[in-house]
Amino acid sequence: MKKAKRFMTGAEIFFECLRYEKVKHIFGYPGGAVLKLYEQLYDVDFLEHILVRHEQGATHAAEGYAKATGKVGVVLVTSGPGATNTVTGIADAYMDSVPLVVFTGQVASHLIGNDAFQEADIVGITRPITKHNFLVRDVKELAITIKQAFYIASTGRPGPVLVDLPKDVINSSCDFEYPEEIDLKGYKPVYFGHQNQIKKAAEMLKKAKKPLLYVGGGVIMSGGTNELAILAKENNLPVTMTLQGLGSFSGIEDQSLGMLGMHGTYCANMAVNNCDLLIALGARFDDRVTGNPDTFAKDAYKIHVDIDPTAIDKNVTVDLPIVGDVKHVLAEIASELSEPLKYDEWWDQINSWKDECPLLYEDNDGRLRTEFVIESLFNKTKGNAVIVSDVGQHQMWTAQYFNFTNPRSFITSGGLGTMGFSVPASIGASFGVKDKPVISINGDGGFQMNIQELVTAVAYKLPIKFVVINNSFLGMVRQWQELFHLEKYSFTDLSASNPDFVKVAEAFGLKAFLVESPKEMKSTLDKAFEINNGPVLIECRVVQEDMVFPMIPPGASVESMIVKRLNSKQ
Amino acid sequence: MKHIISVLLENRFGAFNRVATMFSGKGFNIQSISIGETEMPETSRMTLVTSGDDKIIEQVVKQLNRLIDTIKVVDLTQSSNIIREMALITVFYQKGTRSEITNICNIFRGNIVDINNKTLTLEITGPPDKIDAAVNVLMGYGIKEMARSGAVALKRGEQIKDQRKETTFTQL
Ligand SMILES: Cc1ncc(C[n+]2csc(CCOP(=O)(O)OP(=O)(O)O)c2C)c(N)n1
Repeated sequence: MKKAKRFMTGAEIFFECLRYEKVKHIFGYPGGAVLKLYEQLYDVDFLEHILVRHEQGATHAAEGYAKATGKVGVVLVTSGPGATNTVTGIADAYMDSVPLVVFTGQVASHLIGNDAFQEADIVGITRPITKHNFLVRDVKELAITIKQAFYIASTGRPGPVLVDLPKDVINSSCDFEYPEEIDLKGYKPVYFGHQNQIKKAAEMLKKAKKPLLYVGGGVIMSGGTNELAILAKENNLPVTMTLQGLGSFSGIEDQSLGMLGMHGTYCANMAVNNCDLLIALGARFDDRVTGNPDTFAKDAYKIHVDIDPTAIDKNVTVDLPIVGDVKHVLAEIASELSEPLKYDEWWDQINSWKDECPLLYEDNDGRLRTEFVIESLFNKTKGNAVIVSDVGQHQMWTAQYFNFTNPRSFITSGGLGTMGFSVPASIGASFGVKDKPVISINGDGGFQMNIQELVTAVAYKLPIKFVVINNSFLGMVRQWQELFHLEKYSFTDLSASNPDFVKVAEAFGLKAFLVESPKEMKSTLDKAFEINNGPVLIECRVVQEDMVFPMIPPGASVESMIVKRLNSKQ
Repeated sequence: MKHIISVLLENRFGAFNRVATMFSGKGFNIQSISIGETEMPETSRMTLVTSGDDKIIEQVVKQLNRLIDTIKVVDLTQSSNIIREMALITVFYQKGTRSEITNICNIFRGNIVDINNKTLTLEITGPPDKIDAAVNVLMGYGIKEMARSGAVALKRGEQIKDQRKETTFTQL
């Protein structure tokens, strides 16, 4: 592998490094500061560059790619506005721990600080929203910096890393040799949990009468879903998942209680509230999960397994912290348990909660509802699909009603809650996953936030199914206005201004379908899923005033859970 | 409670900013920061004075550790450690008070580093509470201007084991 030193330009070195990092896809948009890189790219054949239509789209696409494949998502954009347009995607990736490497062009080194044309201090701007970032000041540092960037992005708790590339660095030359190793004195993630702590965790499981596994996205990132399944199944442990954790444990298994938190199932939240042992696995006690942190699982002994020490004791104080890779820790806990454990009484209790208040929706008035659309998508794909949702009510219904059976089958913006995420993220996912349909689920509001990326999907003939759940409202905001803001529907009604989505899609070059009643749903999906030489759009006109339940109001405790609409409007 | 935290930092572009950004982003407070070279040219040592309850300080230390540029983070709050600060204090004097102020300066083992017809400038070094005490006394005479360096600190010498040249970090 190791080659002799060669004298190369920064641009050549750049792509050689990407070759070494086995990069196959890069999402980008050209501009003045990166022209030399694009000149070089013209002759590069080992990777595919995907031209998006907005740099925000590039970062979300790279996120979708990374979340679908587990690989690092790579972005290349120009300086100034190109760089600032990536900010939302970078912040989103930071919140959801998505491994990205974002390369931004920069004005030439001697112009930095001069308010030069298209200069922005992107390193300064992104410092609080990256895991780390770099300004490359000398072409001799380029290779090692790129190596470090990929290493930092993909190891430990993953996250976005930005590399700012001044024009002169790319244009100048030096001897190239790809570093074999790197040594970052200040960065040594801990992968193996403390033995005594692990033993203690196993002891607690043996002692517990009412244990619960609370599983976050970390289990998927660490590749620990098999270890989770083994521990949970062999020991009859109930599993509840966060939004990012969905798919880590199959949602169709009886042991799955579904999602917990603000819009979690009644059963999951009751179990959290009553358990005597809570094991948090790669989860971070986000406020959308805990509500009031003081009453969250208040009687439980709490164990927290996470690779990021700062996640521990941040929002909720725990009794037993285990810093390490959750995959290893799960396997080790399981190996400490010689006899399978049983919790029969606890399961009786859990099952009675399941029966008491299952997820249900009105389905006999002939009107189309989002819940039904999501169920229909599940039935059509048998769960064998990659679902990329946007942000809002439809996102929560997707989380509730699509029983995710596989890891990396649900991609959504959780921590930042970025509307406009789904369309570009589904494009990235579609480049990463070829053996399953990719379905992008959007509200009519968020769909318009990165609608330009439909062109990208058309240009690359991606077989994405874009679903627009059209309730003519910024539905989730409308729900809060109805529940908490005196029914003042301030600026959330889009009915007068929404475009004709079918026509819009057709103008972009998609085949488009309209569904207005439940009975049209199945046949339309059958038709839409026949088309695989390019994207399709399915607009679903759903009931306008529906609300997502159950709901625990923000900051409140499980006792305040609203399980169904109090006044029957509509 | 006040905490003195010592951070060994890679001497890289933006490293200092990253620490400052983290403090403001997380809402931690900083009473003082001092930063300077160490025995190793590629690192710098930063001494931070911050305050908060145990939970906050634990997060401060963890968040500092999490930054890629930080090599080592230690809470040196214990008084057994060596903590020093320097202050330059310009004080007004009158006929009768000049020798009083000079005496006070001696008591605090300071130096008079400047004098003119109205003011004296004192240089005082010591643990921060000693500086506080000096400032309190001098306030009575009227302080014209003051500059404090912020604390610098080192762990008091645990015997360094013979580890060839790599003893570098054990100091901190
Ligand atoms: C970029 C951005 N701006 C604003 C919000 C606040 N917000 C959260 S949900 C929501 C409404 C989304 O409406 P829509 O896309 O129609 O989806 P629905 O809730 O109706 O399913 C808004 C405005 C956000 N999350 N992201």
